[in-house]
Amino acid sequence: MTKPPRQIRLGAHFPGVNNTTVWSDPRAGSQIDFASFTHLARTAERAKFDFFFLAEGLRLREQRGRIHDLDVVGRPDTFTVLAALAAVTDRLGLTGTINSTFNEPYEVARQFASLDHLSAGRAGWNVVTSWDAFTGENFRRGGYLAAEDRYRRAEQFLRTSWQLFDSWHGDEVVADKDSGTFLADAGAGAFGHHDDQFDITGQFNVPRSPQGRPVILQAGDSDAGREFAAATADAIFSQHNTLEAGQAFVADVKGRLARYGRGHDELLVLPAATFALGDTDAEAQENALQIRRQQVSGQTALLFVEHVWNRDLSDHDPDGPLPEDDPVVGENTIARGRASVRQIRDPLAIARQWRELAEAKKLSLRELVIEVTGRQTFIGTAATVAAQLDDLVQQRAADGFILVPHVTPGGLDEFADKVVPLLQERGSFRADYETETLREHLGLPPRPTLEGELR
Amino acid sequence: MAPPLPLHLAVALDGAGWHPAAWRLPDARPTELLTAAYWTDLVTEAERGLLDFVTIEDGLGLQSSHHDRPDGRTDQVRGRLDAVLTAARVAPLTSHIGLVPTATTTHTEPFHVAKALATLDYVSLGRAGWRMQVSARPDEVGHFGRRQFPQLNITDFTDPSVLAFVTELFDEAADFAEVVRRLWDSWEDDAEIRDVATGRFVDVAKLHPIDFEGPRFSVRGPSITPRPPQGQPLVTALAHASIPYRLGARAADVVYITPADADIAGATVAEIREHQAAAGRAEQTVHVFADLVVFLGDTDAAAQAGRDRLEELAGAAYTSDAPIFTGTPQGLADRLLAWQEAGLTGYRLRPATLPGDLRAITRGLVPELQRRGAFRTAYPGGTLRGLLGLPRPANRYATV
Repeated sequence: MTKPPRQIRLGAHFPGVNNTTVWSDPRAGSQIDFASFTHLARTAERAKFDFFFLAEGLRLREQRGRIHDLDVVGRPDTFTVLAALAAVTDRLGLTGTINSTFNEPYEVARQFASLDHLSAGRAGWNVVTSWDAFTGENFRRGGYLAAEDRYRRAEQFLRTSWQLFDSWHGDEVVADKDSGTFLADAGAGAFGHHDDQFDITGQFNVPRSPQGRPVILQAGDSDAGREFAAATADAIFSQHNTLEAGQAFVADVKGRLARYGRGHDELLVLPAATFALGDTDAEAQENALQIRRQQVSGQTALLFVEHVWNRDLSDHDPDGPLPEDDPVVGENTIARGRASVRQIRDPLAIARQWRELAEAKKLSLRELVIEVTGRQTFIGTAATVAAQLDDLVQQRAADGFILVPHVTPGGLDEFADKVVPLLQERGSFRADYETETLREHLGLPPRPTLEGELR
Repeated sequence: MAPPLPLHLAVALDGAGWHPAAWRLPDARPTELLTAAYWTDLVTEAERGLLDFVTIEDGLGLQSSHHDRPDGRTDQVRGRLDAVLTAARVAPLTSHIGLVPTATTTHTEPFHVAKALATLDYVSLGRAGWRMQVSARPDEVGHFGRRQFPQLNITDFTDPSVLAFVTELFDEAADFAEVVRRLWDSWEDDAEIRDVATGRFVDVAKLHPIDFEGPRFSVRGPSITPRPPQGQPLVTALAHASIPYRLGARAADVVYITPADADIAGATVAEIREHQAAAGRAEQTVHVFADLVVFLGDTDAAAQAGRDRLEELAGAAYTSDAPIFTGTPQGLADRLLAWQEAGLTGYRLRPATLPGDLRAITRGLVPELQRRGAFRTAYPGGTLRGLLGLPRPANRYATV
């Protein structure tokens, strides 16, 4: 008898404010109207996805001192949208990014516990870190952190939040009308947390929610980020979506789990993935190229190269070569508020690499950007794509994917209608929801409470 | 005699009702207070009664019978959900009624609150509001660990240090509200242009930094969330004394007051109008609603018996910061119309029990007011501001 295939986990990313999202497409709708969120969430739920995912930004991106105007600009509040989506879906997990730098644990824990109650156990939290003073200017407390302290604060933020979630055990509310006892324990929710980031004490005011704690997602790729995920996350949102890179990443992060007393199945690796479909593989290739050209205009390409060169390149021709001078090394003053900019650690090396690639393939600046950025992970007919992503999961290069459609809000429709049924035929994706909570959908063990944790 | 002016009517939802023993009544659902179904049922019932809006109480500490600390009691409802999220959860399931959650100004970030309320306005298609609330409780300070409060008896308003402390909290709230309103305006309505020819999604000339600089905090802006459907969601505040009256007159669209009688109501309305003029808002509509706790019954005796039963269960006489009405929906209609002559434009009723007194409002009081020509018989359609006769505000940053 053959072993049943490994089960694929799927998340649906609401298209965001970067150039993956093509707003100029005639099918593109609003990125802010609630109807758009409802459409994507209901599509994902119809296709039995594990969860919906919403990213966050806390300051509008700027480049050359002005607000970036070429990509989608403007997004809603994460918690508010997820709570509203709980009303128009029944089983779909509702996950979103909440920054650990520009928030306080008591307030965020209350919001996640509330969301988990209001969605009957479907809440998930993508914990991100930040440190830049640029974003801090929108906050009364500034919130500026030394870069090296951001994971420290994030981890302590998360552990503090867990302490708050676990401060109610779940059996305190008895609400016995006859005896007049509402609470079994007057000290329910009592907590005290004291470390170098948070020194707080009191009583948490949301009783234990269905999942106890929301599912924790993370996206860090640095060594510190991977370690943080291994210590604390339920799922990691990675960028490694090819077989070799995926297997290496999975082996690395899962190899770190043992030192925290965790098993291999307790951390899911979910690469971000884009896709382009067609009736034939050749047509899909043509569609993919078309999407890439829509995503990367000449202006977009120039601005992208400025992230690395860290200086104004507006006098350059996007159809010409890369700049001849080397990038300006140091704090990036040309582009602010972009996660991708913060990840550039060695601009000179990137420039060298890009020049070599452009020369070898005879690429213009714009063609180079198309080449090096966000190509579609999966291109082909529905059958080709289903086979590709199933293979990656069966060969342990990933546990599933967070799909990033390029059109709002209908960009997932075709995937849901054509690819998902083929995955279901293969037996590697559920035909219907079998569980209630997000944690259960993902096959994650119930999280122990802090007292029960070895770590 | 002229027909009465149409009045505005809101209900304040909290737990199982405003009486601390309300959760023990047979129709109370005390084990469901943290579920979406409970809140959906309440707000749907309020919408059935064509009410202007519901407010949802909240706080950053456990409910307490004390003003300044937890009380350790186990015989009353304790634990509640975030009010903004509760309102958002109910929004897609309702279509006309305004949703006005409470959010605290003392420990939170105006940037987060502004985008949350703007988003509530999007998900409700223009029905969002906010009850702004300061927090003076030392235990809530401890939940954040970011600041120190002085050790004061904050109920003693003759103490100058208490007055100074309270003034500071309300001035901070005024700054907070100013930041929130500026952030709502930081996108002009037509900032999103989607101009395929030039490749520009937005016109950056229509996005504005707010550059708020105050003694307590500074915020740069613009918001990440485009200007919401109402332009400015409804801002409301509860006020019991001159300092909060001034905040309401400066910052709010609706001020809730708690007058003991019609004369006090009249004097309070006059005081708020003076503060309003001093703040340069004389030409704007600022509603003044009176808050009333209501115990309703088919007869006066039944209402009183219901209240007596609750007081017996609680083991104490019921007191409130707001005036208390005990009687029939007809008697309540008389009271509301009589007090209207003091210059009140509406009421926020606090049902002593849920769902009992809420149903008495929607199915008893409302038909009675309709019979007297003092309440709408259908929703007109449109936004919460529209329901309250408030215009959609011009954007302070727009140049044309």
